[in-house]
Amino acid sequence: MEYFLTDQQKTIRDIARGITEEKIIPARAELDEKEEFPWEIIKEIARADLFRVFIPEQYDGLGGGILDLCLAIEELSRGCCGVSISYAAVALGSIPILKFGSEEQKQKYLPQIASGQRLAAFGLTESSAGSDASAMKTLAVSDGTSYLLNGTKQFISNGGEAEIYTVIAMTNPSKGSRGASAFIVEKDTPGFTFGKKEKKMGIRASSTRELVFHNCRIPKENLIGKEGVGFIVTLKTLDQSRPGVAAQGVGIAQGALEEAVAYARQRVQFGQPISSFQAIQHMLADMAIQIEAARALVYAVARTIDSGATNFSEESAMAKVFAGDMAMRVTTDAVQILGGPGYMRDYPAEKMMRDAKIIQIYEGTNQILRNDIISHVYKRKGKRE
Amino acid sequence: MSIRVDIEKCTGCGSCEPACPFGVIKIVSDVAQIGDGCNLCGACKDACGFEAIVIELPASQAPAHDDSKGVWVFAEQREGKIKDVVFELLAKGRELAQSLNTEICAVCLGHNVKGINQLFEHGADKVYLFDDPALAQFQDDIYTQCLTDLIREHKPQIMIAGATSLGRAFIPRIAAILETGLTADCTGLDIDKNTGLLLQTRPTFGGNIMATIVCRVRRPQMATVRPHVFKRGTPVAGRKGEIIRGSLEGKPAGSRIKVLQFIEDVTEKIKIEDAEIIVAGGRGLGKAENFKLLEELASAIGAAVGASRAVVDDGWIPYSHQVGQTGKTVCPRLYIACGISGAVQHLAGMQTSDCIVAINEDPNAPIFQVATYGIVGDLFEIVPMLTARIKEARGL
Amino acid sequence: MNILVCIKQVPGTTEVKINKETNTLVREGAKGIINPFDTYAIEEGVKLKERFSGKVTVLTMGPPQAEASLRESIEVGADEGILISDRAFAGSDTLATSYVLSKAIAKIGSYDLIIVGKQTMDGDTGQVGPEIAQRLGVPFVAYVSAVEEITDGKIRARQMIDEGYQIVESPLPCVMSVSKEINTPRLPSIRGKMKAKSAKLANWTAKDLGAEENKIGSAGSPTWVMQIFSPKRDHQSEMFQGDAQSKVSKLTQKLSDMKVI
Repeated sequence: MEYFLTDQQKTIRDIARGITEEKIIPARAELDEKEEFPWEIIKEIARADLFRVFIPEQYDGLGGGILDLCLAIEELSRGCCGVSISYAAVALGSIPILKFGSEEQKQKYLPQIASGQRLAAFGLTESSAGSDASAMKTLAVSDGTSYLLNGTKQFISNGGEAEIYTVIAMTNPSKGSRGASAFIVEKDTPGFTFGKKEKKMGIRASSTRELVFHNCRIPKENLIGKEGVGFIVTLKTLDQSRPGVAAQGVGIAQGALEEAVAYARQRVQFGQPISSFQAIQHMLADMAIQIEAARALVYAVARTIDSGATNFSEESAMAKVFAGDMAMRVTTDAVQILGGPGYMRDYPAEKMMRDAKIIQIYEGTNQILRNDIISHVYKRKGKRE
Repeated sequence: MSIRVDIEKCTGCGSCEPACPFGVIKIVSDVAQIGDGCNLCGACKDACGFEAIVIELPASQAPAHDDSKGVWVFAEQREGKIKDVVFELLAKGRELAQSLNTEICAVCLGHNVKGINQLFEHGADKVYLFDDPALAQFQDDIYTQCLTDLIREHKPQIMIAGATSLGRAFIPRIAAILETGLTADCTGLDIDKNTGLLLQTRPTFGGNIMATIVCRVRRPQMATVRPHVFKRGTPVAGRKGEIIRGSLEGKPAGSRIKVLQFIEDVTEKIKIEDAEIIVAGGRGLGKAENFKLLEELASAIGAAVGASRAVVDDGWIPYSHQVGQTGKTVCPRLYIACGISGAVQHLAGMQTSDCIVAINEDPNAPIFQVATYGIVGDLFEIVPMLTARIKEARGL
Repeated sequence: MNILVCIKQVPGTTEVKINKETNTLVREGAKGIINPFDTYAIEEGVKLKERFSGKVTVLTMGPPQAEASLRESIEVGADEGILISDRAFAGSDTLATSYVLSKAIAKIGSYDLIIVGKQTMDGDTGQVGPEIAQRLGVPFVAYVSAVEEITDGKIRARQMIDEGYQIVESPLPCVMSVSKEINTPRLPSIRGKMKAKSAKLANWTAKDLGAEENKIGSAGSPTWVMQIFSPKRDHQSEMFQGDAQSKVSKLTQKLSDMKVI
C-alpha cells in the first residue's frame, strides 16, 4: 500500500533498507550464533545519520517524528530484530531527556546520541517489578547535592554497551507511584556495574544485562524534571516508544513473509512449486493481510502522535499488542511453510520466530497492555471519541 | 548526426528498441527515436528489418594513404628477463605479419636483458633494443619517450603488447600521444582479407557479448593481449635477426614516479567469489586429507578450491570454501566438480558457471544434468591424471 | 586538497545476450549504476578529503541520465558534480573520452589529485585514466591499493603489480587508478541524500569545453566496433567415453581449446 511518505521519510526508509541489505542480512546468522553486539553495524547506522532521526535539529538531529523513527526500525527489523532493538533502545533511553530534560541536560547528552558517539538505554524493570512497575525497589537517596543509588535493574537492552542510562528509582517509597524519579546515570560512574550478559531465546545480538547500583553517587543535576514525576516520565516515554516496538513486529513479519514466498516458489513437491497449493496460498495471504493491517495501524498511530495528539496511550498500546501478536503468528507460519528446512538454523525463518516472541513481552506485556486498553475502552463506554 | 532513422522506411515495428544495449531507443508515434547515450555500436541497424537505420561515418574516418609497415611487439622485460607473454605475442604477431606480407619486430627496453636471441627464435625479424642502466627498471617517462620516438620514426602498422599491469598502465599513454586507437585485452587478432585492417576481438558486457573492433585510419593499430590468451609457438633454434640499438640521447633523464620498495607476493589468496576457475570437492573425496588432490589440481590450473556443504559440515575444509545455497554463489569461467553429487542446494550456487566439468563415479548423479563436460569415473584416478596433464601442458 | 574523481555510469547488469534468431542484442532493462570500480575511487577521494581536508568534485562524461550517478556520489560524501554531456560525444572511444575529460579538467583549472577506477564494467579497457594523465602531462599511478601519505606536494602509495606490490612516490598533481583492495565504499547517509537531492550540478557541453569537433565523438575515435556477436556456449552435456586416459585427454583438449591451459 502507498503511504504517501514525505521525501525525508522515504530517504530514511531507503537508507535503513540499504543498511539492512548490505550489512545486516549477511551478518545476522553469525551475530545470532555468536551472540555478539553488532558494533560494526551500529557504526554504519550512526554514519548514515539514523541516530539523528529522533533528535531535534537544535541538538544536531534531523528533527524527525515518530513515523520517521518507525520507518527506520521497521526496515532494520526486516533484517534482524537483535540489531533493530539495539537501535530502538537508544531512542527509548533518549526520550526521557528529550521530553522532560532541562536545557543543560539536552545540550549535554543529545548531540552525543545524535552522532552515535554514545548509545543510550532505559532502566525500569527489576526482578520484582515487571508489569507491576510500582513495586520497584531501587532507591535514590538525596543528600542535598547528590543522590545515592542502590538497587538492581533487570533485562536492560543495551546494558553494558550504552554509556547514557535513563533510570527510574524511588526517591520517596512512602508515596508509592508518586514517589519515583527519573535520573541520568553514565557508564563508569563509581558504584555502577553490570550483570552478566543474559542468554536469550532470541534477539541474541542485543546485549541484555542487569544494571547494578551499589552506593552509586550521581550529581543532583542528573535528576530529570522534579522528584516524584518518575512514573509520569515512564508512562509518557513508553507511549512514545511503543509504536517503534510495533514497527519491529511489522518489520520482522515482512522479512518472514518474503522468506516464505521465496521458498514456496522454488520448493517443488508433487511436480509443482508448493506456492501453487491453496493451503500455502491461504497461509501466505493471511500473513500478508495481517502485516498490512499492523503496518497501517502503526503508521496511523505514529502520524497521530506527530500531528500533535496529547493522549495516545490507548492506540499506542493497541499498535504494540496487535503487531506483536501478529509477528509471532506470521513468523511461526513462515517456519511452517519452510517445513523441515524452516526448523534448521541454516535458514533464517527459525531465528525470526525466536526473535518475534519478545515483542509480545517487553515494553509492557501484551496482557498488561490489554488491561490498559480495556480501562480506556470502558472509560469511553466502547464508543468512538 | 552520425546515426539517423529514415522515417520513410521506419514502420515503428520496435525491433530496434530491445536490441539497444544502452536502452536509448524509443518508439514515438510509430517512429523510432534514438536518444542520447547512443554509442553507434550498430546493434539497432542489425536488428532493423527495413534498413531504416543509417549510420554514416564521418569523413575523417575514410581510409587515406597508409605508408605504415611492420607488426611490432613490445618485448616487456622485468629484471632482465623477457616476459612469457611476449613469446605468445610473437607467435600471433608472426601470423599477422605473414598475412600482411610484412616484417615483425620486437621492441625491448631494459638493461642487460637476457635471451634477446629467443625473440628471433620465436619469430622476430628485427629487435629494436634500448640498453641502458637508466632503463633497468620501468620508468614511465623515459620508456614513453623511447617508444613513441621509435614509432614515429619507423611507423609500424600494428603494435601489440601484453596486458600486464605494466602494459595496461603504459601502453595507453603511447596511444594518447600518438592519437591512435588502442583495444585492450583482445582475445582474438586477425587480418581482414579485404581491407588489411587488424580485427581486434574482445569480450564486452562482462563477457556476455563479443565485439570486433578496428582502427580504420590512425596508425599504429594498437592492441593489448592478456597472458595465456594466445599460445607461444615452437622456437626455431639458432634463428637470427637484426638488432638495431637505440640511444637515450635527448631523452628525459629521470622519471617523475619513484619506486621506493618492492614486496613480492608469495601468498596468493583467491577468494572463490572472484576466482575465474574453481575446483570443488564433495563427499566423493572420502576424507579430509584427500582435498590435497584437489589442491594440487587447483594449483596446476590456477584455481580456487570450493566445496560442497557436506564436507564443510564434516570439517574437511573451512566454510569460506562452501559453494551452494547456504554457502557462496559463484559464476566462474570454469567449475570442476569432483565427487559432488549435485544436490539442488549445491547447484543453486554454481549452475550459472560458464563451463562445468563433472567427475563422479555415479552416472546418475544430478551434477551431470548441468555439466558441460562429464566424466564418469574414479576421481582418485582421473584427478591426478588431469593434474599431471595440465602441468605438462603449462610447462610446470 | 582539490580532488577530482572521474566516473562513468554503466548499465546495471551484464545480462546482455544475443537473440539467436536475429543475431541482435537483447537487453534486460536495467537502470544505470556507478561503475563499481569508480565507487572505490569516490570513497578514496572522500577519505582523503576527510584526512587532509579539501574538496571532492566528481566528473562524468555521459548522457543526461548520468546525472543520477553524480548525485549518488554526493550522497556518499562528494561535494560537487559536473556533468559533461553533448550529443556530439556519441560514439566516443577511450581516446575521445580522455580528450573530453582532460578538456573539462583543464577548464576546472586547479587540482591536486585525480582518481579513477581501475576499469569500467562495460568497456573493461582501463585506458581512460592513463590517457588523461598523458594529455594533462601528469604522472599516472596505476592500481593503488593504499595511500600512505600525502606531504610536500608528493603522494606515497602502495601499488599492486603482477608480481606483488611496490611503494611508489609521485609528485602531485597526478592521476591514480584504484581497485577493490583500497577501501570499502560507505553507504549513503540521510544528510548526504538530502544534500544530493538539492545539489546544483554543473552541465558542460562541447562548446563550454572549447572542444575541437574532430577530436570528439565518432570523429575523434580511431577505434570502431565493427561487429558484435554471441560467444559460443555449450549447453549440451558432453559425456566423454573410453578409458580413464582417453577421458582425461579429451578433457585436457577441451581445456586447451578454452584457453584455460
